[in-house]
Amino acid sequence: MTDLLNKHSFVELGARQRAKALLDEGSFRELIDPFQRVMSPWLSRQGVVPQADDGVVIAKGAIAGLPVVIAAIEGNFQGGSLGEVGGAKIAGALELAAEDNRNGIPTCAVLLLETGGVRLQEANLGLAAIADIHAAIVDLRQYQPVIGVVAGSVGCFGGMSIAAGLCSYLLVTREARLGLNGPQVIEQEAGLEEYDSRDRPFIWSLTGGEQRFASGLADRYVADDVAQIQQQVTELLQQGLPTIQRSRQAEHYLQRLAVLDAEPQIDPATVRDLYQGERS
Amino acid sequence: MRGLQWFNALSAGATPVSGLPNSLKVADGVLGDQPVRFIAVVTDPHNRFPRARNGEVGLLEGWGLAKAVDEVIEAGDKRPLIAIVDVPSQAYGRREEALGIHQALAAAADSYARARLAGHPVIALLVGKAMSGAFLAHGYQANRLIALRDPGVMVHAMGKASAARVTLRSIEELEALAASVPPMAYDIDSFASLGLLWETLTVSQIEQPTTDDLARVSDCLVQAIKDVQAGGVDLSGRLGAANRAASAHVRQLLREQW
Repeated sequence: MTDLLNKHSFVELGARQRAKALLDEGSFRELIDPFQRVMSPWLSRQGVVPQADDGVVIAKGAIAGLPVVIAAIEGNFQGGSLGEVGGAKIAGALELAAEDNRNGIPTCAVLLLETGGVRLQEANLGLAAIADIHAAIVDLRQYQPVIGVVAGSVGCFGGMSIAAGLCSYLLVTREARLGLNGPQVIEQEAGLEEYDSRDRPFIWSLTGGEQRFASGLADRYVADDVAQIQQQVTELLQQGLPTIQRSRQAEHYLQRLAVLDAEPQIDPATVRDLYQGERS
Repeated sequence: MRGLQWFNALSAGATPVSGLPNSLKVADGVLGDQPVRFIAVVTDPHNRFPRARNGEVGLLEGWGLAKAVDEVIEAGDKRPLIAIVDVPSQAYGRREEALGIHQALAAAADSYARARLAGHPVIALLVGKAMSGAFLAHGYQANRLIALRDPGVMVHAMGKASAARVTLRSIEELEALAASVPPMAYDIDSFASLGLLWETLTVSQIEQPTTDDLARVSDCLVQAIKDVQAGGVDLSGRLGAANRAASAHVRQLLREQW
């Protein structure tokens, strides 16, 4: 009970509150805020009500005094899906952060990822924006860390799971899920036997935050608590660039996959053993 | 099979690169008068991962693409990379999710992006499907995108059946919407209207390129390489179309308020 009272859930916060919670007191400044009403030009003609910030909050500020830009996706709007405007907000912010660094300002980035990936009502413009986001992460990451946070409850899927894989560091909670394909889509494409999208324990056992951390596919596993997440993000920012970027270990992962017996269907323990060996 | 046909045609006489998964075709050859590396993802009926046997980009393909591109970056010669794109989808399966296919695809996107930033002209030639995560991993990080003009050449975020299910529409409703909303359409002309392509080309036999087709495409690739060498390493060339005006507008506002 004491534990419950002392904790402040991060997962329950909206995108804007999450960004505020991570930034140093009083340093939050939102760019293209909702009052500017820069909305999706594609949704209303399809009978979907657009949102004033298109479900993405871009905020500049500081964490432990370090210059930071935060891009926070609002999981409650259209499942956190990325359309043209929201996608351009994230890509554009990361591009400017990289430009800052080329001009001697060490801006780093934190991405709060609650997203199903491409917004299908804006399909190809969402996909193009996500390619831009990938490009911008790889560019900025040359100078400063880009930290991905998947807290839950939406999780991080589609092209944005690739963005998560490009981050310098990735932080997850127990509520988080991280995977390329949403469970429904896998079931649709591959059948119920391959992937039962309604079996929640099964989905979490394969793609949940705890499993991703135990398999070495995430860097930090944190409780759903504002203070702890804030502290971990701060530590990672202060740590600077990682010595080895996870997405640059092709030889290692090809070698691991080569020794896997791919014939039987897979279980979570096999993944942990394969990728982490004795460390798991 | 288009990807394989175009790979074979473009890389005739080139040296195959070994040490990669069988689902990747990689060769070092010449285009115009300069050395290039050709890369394609092809079908492999014996793929150890059953959900990646039809040309899908899966675990081995993602990490393998990264390796094929990294080798070129490490050589440090700014050699152009030609990605021949005919990818029906990413691999959908339990093994793939469990083993982190997102990370494998991130590795491929990472390598292509780093190659581009390091000054290697990266050109993607779309000869078939360029779908979703598969395209993000193989092609979408290119400096220049070139598409052949054909009903079978298609860029999209999700196949029609799944897109209909996820958006709670019938396939007929989805098709009707796609006809009036350019980013939702499945045809290459609608895609071209978004300003993401550098060039579209018509060929006479897309399934089995003629000598003439090959000459036209090779020439276009050479021009694209020159265009990159004269320009920058970023993707700004993709902004500017009326159907992508919001993408440019948002960037302008961010810059003003930064």
